[in-house]
Order: sequence, then C-alpha cells, then structure tokens
Amino acid sequence: MDAAVLQLLNGLDKGGAYALIALGLTLIFGTLGVVNFAHGALFMIGGFCAVTTQKLLTLSKSVKDESVTFFDSYTKIPYLKLWWGETGERIIDYSVPLSILLAIPVMLLIGVAIERGLIRHFYRRTHADQILVTFGLAIVLQEIVKASFGANPIPMPAPAVVAGSAAVGSWIGLSDAVSYPWWRLVYFFFSVAVISAVFAFLRFTTFGMVVRAGMRDRETVGLFGIDIERRFTIVFGIAVVVAGLAGAMYTPILSPDYHMGMEFLVLSFVVVVVGGMGSLGGAVAAGFLLGILQSFASMNEVKSLIPGIDQIIIYLVAVAILLVRPRGLMGRAGVMET
Amino acid sequence: MSARFEPGDVARKDNLLLMGFAAAVLTMPLWMQPFGAAYPDLLQRFAIFGIFAIGFNILFGLTGYLSFGHAAFLGVGSYTAVWAFKLLTVNVLPAIVFAMLVSGLFALAIGFVSLRRSGIYFSILTLAFAQMCYNLAYSVLTPITNGETSLQITRTDPRVLDTWISGASALIPATNLFGLEMKGYPGFYFCAALLIGAFYVAMRISRSPFGTMLRAIKSNQNRLNYTGVHTRPYALAAFVISGVYAGLAGGLLACTDPLAGAERMQWTASGEVVLMTILGGVGTLLGPFLGAVIIKFLENIFSAFNDQTLHSAFGFLPDGLENVVVQVTGLFVGEGWHLTLGALFMLLVIFLPGGVMEGVRRVGGLLQGLKAAPRAGVRRATPADSAASGE
Repeated sequence: MDAAVLQLLNGLDKGGAYALIALGLTLIFGTLGVVNFAHGALFMIGGFCAVTTQKLLTLSKSVKDESVTFFDSYTKIPYLKLWWGETGERIIDYSVPLSILLAIPVMLLIGVAIERGLIRHFYRRTHADQILVTFGLAIVLQEIVKASFGANPIPMPAPAVVAGSAAVGSWIGLSDAVSYPWWRLVYFFFSVAVISAVFAFLRFTTFGMVVRAGMRDRETVGLFGIDIERRFTIVFGIAVVVAGLAGAMYTPILSPDYHMGMEFLVLSFVVVVVGGMGSLGGAVAAGFLLGILQSFASMNEVKSLIPGIDQIIIYLVAVAILLVRPRGLMGRAGVMET
Repeated sequence: MSARFEPGDVARKDNLLLMGFAAAVLTMPLWMQPFGAAYPDLLQRFAIFGIFAIGFNILFGLTGYLSFGHAAFLGVGSYTAVWAFKLLTVNVLPAIVFAMLVSGLFALAIGFVSLRRSGIYFSILTLAFAQMCYNLAYSVLTPITNGETSLQITRTDPRVLDTWISGASALIPATNLFGLEMKGYPGFYFCAALLIGAFYVAMRISRSPFGTMLRAIKSNQNRLNYTGVHTRPYALAAFVISGVYAGLAGGLLACTDPLAGAERMQWTASGEVVLMTILGGVGTLLGPFLGAVIIKFLENIFSAFNDQTLHSAFGFLPDGLENVVVQVTGLFVGEGWHLTLGALFMLLVIFLPGGVMEGVRRVGGLLQGLKAAPRAGVRRATPADSAASGE
C-alpha cells in the first residue's frame, strides 16, 4: 500500500511533465497543423534557462582569502553575496524558481522567432517535411546547447526550503515512513497550475475563444476578418513557453543535459497520440495516465511478474489504444488523418 | 517518367542506368581516392547504408509511408547474423539469409499492426515499436542480445557446421565467404555486389505494376479504396520488402564487424536513414544511395577534424582572425558534426525538398534550356512533377 502511494505520486509527477509537453504539442497540432519534432528540444532549452539563471546569479568576483596567511589565495564570491550578504545567498538558492522569470520571455521570443522564420513556411507542406525540418531544428538546438554548456548533466539543486522530504504518509493516515521529496510535490502542483492557466486562457478570454474557433475551422474564422495567422503565432509562442517552463522546473528532478529533450519528445508524442490528436484535454489526461502506468510498472512486484514491462508499458498501451480507438482517447475527427 | 518514352526505351535506359551504377560502385576505390574516402571500411559503410536507404525508399519514397522505426529491422538483422555465426558457421551466406528472413518476418508482424493507421499515426506507431525493441534489447532480452555489452562471437560458441566440417579450432575465426575473409576489399566487393543486386531489385519493383500500385497508394489512397482496390496488402508488401532490405544491411554490418549492439536500433538511427533518403531524393532510384554516401562521407570527414587540423587549414589567415574562424568552424566539425547534419537537414528540406537528384535535374534542365530555348517550358515540368508526387 505504501509503495503504491509512492508510485502514484511518482506517476503524477512524471505525468505532469508529459502532460505539459503534450499540451504544447497538441496546441501546435490543433491550431497550426504542424508536427513539431523540436518540442523536446524546447523543453531542454527551458531546462538550460534554469542553468543560465543560476550562472547569472552566481557571477563571482575573485576576493583575497584572508583566512589563508601563508600565501596569497583567492576565492570566488558571488556578487550577490558581496552586496547583500545573507539575502543574496538566499536569492541564489532560489535560482530554479527564479528561472521562470527568464524562461518566459526567452521562450516566447524563441517561439515567435521559430514560427515566423521557419514553421510559417511549412503550413502547406507535407507532415513528413514538417517532421524533418523540425527534427533538423532539434538537432541544431541540441548541438548549440552542447557547444555552449558541455555534454555533462548539470546538477541543479532545489531551494533549501523544499530540499527535504514531506511526510506524505502521515497526512493521509498511512505510516510516517511514507515520505516524498518536496520539490516533486511542488512540480506536480506547478504543472497543474500551468495546465489550468492554459485552459483558463483558452476558455475565458476572447483571444482563446478565437483560437478555439480557429482550431475547429480556420477558414471561417479568417472569413470573419480575424487575423488568425497572428494569433496562431502567439499560440505557438505560448506552447513553447509551456514546454520551457516544464523544462526549467524539472531540472532539480533530472539534471539537464543536452539530450534530455529527445527522450521526452518520443514519450510525449506517444502521449499525444494516445490522448487523441487535437484534444487538449486528451493530452493532459493521457499524460497523467501514462505517467502513472509507467511508475506502477516499475514497481518490483510488477517487474518480477513481467520482466521489462516498465520499459515498454507506454508503447504497449499506445499500440493497444491506437488499434482499439484509432483516434486516441478523446481525438476529434479530421485532425491529422491524412 | 514521361509518356514520351516508348517501353523499350525505358528498358534500354534502365539497363544503361544499372550498368552505370554497377560500374560506379565497383570502381569506387579508384574515384573516391581524391576525396580521401578510398579505404575499404568506409566504402563498406557506403554500400551497406546504401542498401538500407534503397530499401527504405521503397516504403517511404514509393508508397509514401514515413516509418520512424526502421532501425529496429537493421538491429534485428545484425543480431540474427551474429547468432548465425555463433550457432552455425562463420560463413557469411547463412547469416545473411537468416538476417533477411528473420527481419522480414519481424517486419511482417510490425507492419501488420502499424499499417492499420496512416500518416502521422503510422509514424508514431513504428516509432513506438522501434523504441520497444530498443528498450527490450537493452534490458529483458539480455540472454539473446547481451544487453549493453553487445553480442559478439566467442571461443566457446558451438558453430555446429564449422566443427562438423573442419573440426573445432581454438581461435576465434574471422567471418568469411568460403574462406575469403570479409575484411578490407573482399568485404567491400561482397557488399558492393549485394548493393548492385539490391539496386536491380528496387529498379524492377519500381518499374513493375506492383511499383505503380505503390505510387498510386502514395498519391491518393482514398481514391484507390473507393475504386475497390484493397491497398493494405500492397503497403504491407512494401513494408516487408523494406524490412528485408534493412535486415540485409544489418546482417552485412555484422559480417564486416561481427558485433551487434542495441544502439543500432535507437530512433535517431531511424532518423538517419530518413535523412539519407531525403538528402538524395525521395522516390528516385539513385537518390537514396547518393544520400547514404554523402551522409556517411560527411560523418567520416567532419568528425575526424580537430582543432589542430583546422589551425593548419586556416594557417594562412592573420592570427586573430584565424582563431575566430577556427572557433566558429570548430562548432561544426569533430564532436559537433551533428550540428552540420542538423543544419544540412533543415536547409535541404527548406530549399531543395527533392534532394540532390532534384538539384541535378534542375541543373540539367537549366543546361537543356540554354541549349534549346523553346523546349525550356517542356523541360521545366519535370521537377514540378516530382515535387507534386512528393506531397
């Protein structure tokens, strides 16, 4: 029972990341009709926004170390600490959450630039061409990150306040031994918050209404004299920001390296297909569903029954669902069916 | 192909093409000399990945199904071949036959399921299957695949046929074709012969009524279904054929270097063969092979560069400028050669969707246009046709 609760939490966590990436992918499918294989790379870039924030916050000055008297020794002390002492140190500690401040404008800029410069010219091309060009873009982005940050994973600590584990067990009347890292709980609630924000934006704003109408029937919306192209650019930007935020906040769980996006890309495509192309709700539901299934499959009890199931459960489920429900769990007719 | 040609004309042109191809492949050790690529290891790779790409083109180029999981068949071919070496004999013939058979059966199973869907769903299904195979090869199937350490020939292998014919030997034998070791140039010519055979078969398929049917599936599957043609068996046949080609390529990889690892099945490896096909020209006969040669050549050349060679190459520049140039180009070569690959990928899809073959055709059309101005209009229709069929 205890183990099951833990795996459920693990699954919610992983599912949160899958759902966020898949949400962005589906937004792009649904509105622009473009298959974006660079989405995993954008998730990765979000992770490196956090790395950059940390680098910026810890910009240091060499200061002579007075405690060493025998010879001259220098230590590097971050400017923030020099200026503000304790407060500065605390700010550095919060580099991962603070990285959101950097990630939002940067990812928005990247998203708009990609849409204007590249994706725009691929609306009328085949899906194969879209896959290929975005696959190329993903490789380029990866290599640029590798050249500037190196190939090794960069550990990113969560803020000290949430460094430990939460005694989740005692909250819900299980044994105290059931504990779960605080940051993962934070990530789960963060993903729920971002998903809710995106849904609220699409549901309750005029902009969102137009976008939803455009997802249904782009031409008719255009006939009303609405500049749907410009709105779609913004939608692409939002999708990229969502991916970037998912990546930035995920860094304390998975140290970012240049190919972290590729693994998530394949999985989130499977998530999108299982949820149903063009269905935002489906993407989120399938994200959490597959995340939970995957973490339950990695329990030792299950693994001893069916060895290797944890590695392939997601793909098995995807194949099964596609064969039984060709449009995925909540797919709409006519999206990406040619 | 334009209707202006008589059937006999096409056959004659095909024969010429085949002979030209064979001559070009067999003389590669000569004319690759100036490019610095005339050593057998690299030439073997050209031939093997050429086979892989030619086979992939039958599915993607002719039938229009973009599979993102074909590396799985390459991997299965490799594993089968190594097992044939281990169990039967180090002669390469049985290994290759088994590699083709097993990967063909494997493709039949995966294709049977995946081809229920088309378009992007098909791509994702094949991707899912390939990732499944990759993960299984790494973990659970360790008794068969030897997991991370890769499968290889060992001294304790039974090698039933070998021991039966020539008695047990204490040494680990090299893979051979009736005594001819598959190393160096003999290995290359073996692969080259199979490549020419593979090219011939692909050409016959493409010219046959079956090939026409595949092209029809690509251009409009719905219309075929409405006219009462059941398209799935044809698509499945194309899938299995391309799987057999991939298995052959995988088997040959194991023949030249008897080692099979799971990373051959990763989805980036599937992406590579897609890239080869696109780069050379989707749906053309020569294109996929050209693409394979160009990619493997670039991989070899670019990844071998290091800062030292760059400094000596740009040594004529003034010092400050030299360092900047070396820094910038250093991004694109050596470890970073994938950046070149990605950029090439994008440039190609953006500017030359027909690949190298369309570039050749455009240049040819331009030359023709210069020679006979009035015919320029007629000529110009050809690249547009092929672009339309690529959609």
